[in-house]
Amino acid sequence: MSIMAYNGGCLVAMRGKNCVAIATDHRFGIQAQTISTDFEKVFQVNPRTFLGLVGLQTDILTVHDRIMFRKKLYEDRENREMTPEPFSAMISNFLYEHRFGPYFIEPVIAGLHPKTLEPFICNMDLIGCPNKPDDFVVAGTCSEQLYGMCETLWKEDLEPAELSEVISQAIVSAFDRDAISGWGATVYIIEKDKITKKQIKTRMD
Amino acid sequence: MASERYSFSLTTFSPSGKLVQLEYALAAVAAGATSVGIVASDGVVIATENKYKSPLYEEHSVHRVEPITDHIGMVYSGLVPDYRPLLKRARKMAQQYFLVYKEPMPVSQLVQQVANVMQEYTQSGGVRPFGVSLLICGWNNGKPYLFQCDPTGAFFAWKATALGKNAQSCKTYMEKRFNLQSNNSVSQSLDDAVVDAMRTLKGGFEGVMTKDNIEVGICTEKGFRRLTPTEIDDHLSNAN
Repeated sequence: MSIMAYNGGCLVAMRGKNCVAIATDHRFGIQAQTISTDFEKVFQVNPRTFLGLVGLQTDILTVHDRIMFRKKLYEDRENREMTPEPFSAMISNFLYEHRFGPYFIEPVIAGLHPKTLEPFICNMDLIGCPNKPDDFVVAGTCSEQLYGMCETLWKEDLEPAELSEVISQAIVSAFDRDAISGWGATVYIIEKDKITKKQIKTRMD
Repeated sequence: MASERYSFSLTTFSPSGKLVQLEYALAAVAAGATSVGIVASDGVVIATENKYKSPLYEEHSVHRVEPITDHIGMVYSGLVPDYRPLLKRARKMAQQYFLVYKEPMPVSQLVQQVANVMQEYTQSGGVRPFGVSLLICGWNNGKPYLFQCDPTGAFFAWKATALGKNAQSCKTYMEKRFNLQSNNSVSQSLDDAVVDAMRTLKGGFEGVMTKDNIEVGICTEKGFRRLTPTEIDDHLSNAN
């Protein structure tokens, strides 16, 4: 079994009209055994930028720490907020530095540019190959189910309320068909003037 | 031997608190060819003299005004051999920054890093300070920038400044022009700034200024470039 699927978990991010959404499940397990059901894999790194990390749990924590270290150094050095694009490029670089002994994680970045408010989504493989489509990005042990749900439900120019509904339905339906993801979900909707955090109740088996 | 105790670095404090090697470095700068820089609202210009001691020299083959990236350029006063490695380092830094962040390097960041290198050469063992001051100009986030970088590692942002021989009289001249303007700049526009830079250089110029013995670089939102001799000639007629 792949080390990427040792702890389970999944992530999805979507673009809407002047907004973006990112969602995570809550499960942290060791293979089939569920250890806890409150492990959120999405972190707020800036007022309008979120980073999701899925894969091996120990590496999620380490990579999160190391990325925040680099991001804070950048912000102190340049005396300005890091926007999503250079933030993603920096993560991509960080992961490729470990090309021959990688961290077993896949990142998903979602955010709005602090000045232009342009929506941004991006995901990468474990060695930092970036993918920046203009619809949605997925990661985790049920990424194939997520692709199916996103391709079915996602439309262009979704308003924040519709986007929230679409991403919630997508992640819940996807991880219901995966034994090592799920046990609740959290959805963030990022708009220019507010962040909405929504905890979703799901089947717990 | 007692004298060896102080010879690990050339830049050791004198009892009066001075670093004489740095004063010598600044003297090398002050003896170098004049360079001027002027910021206008729509761009920034850097200009310098590039005189040849003999008519046998091939002109326009070795440049003093050099691009660092598409949007940053540089000129110096002081010693050429010390300028080249700094130029190489600056280009490498800008490229490394771009590779990491996929974003053009902010001018202020480049200047800080170049200044860091220059500072290291005032404290390391077995080295001497650079015998150059740099004028780094660039365009980013919709604004023109002009910085000066000294061998001490100090750096400054300017609306207009001059380096090298006659720097003080050049600055006085530009201050006068600045006080006549009401737009917080020495010049009305970039074209005016090019002419003003030439006029400033002319103040202390020995001999006749021609398209072949000065170099001019401009930076606008379109990026940095060196003016061709023909373009310089066009502006020169206005400067006379």
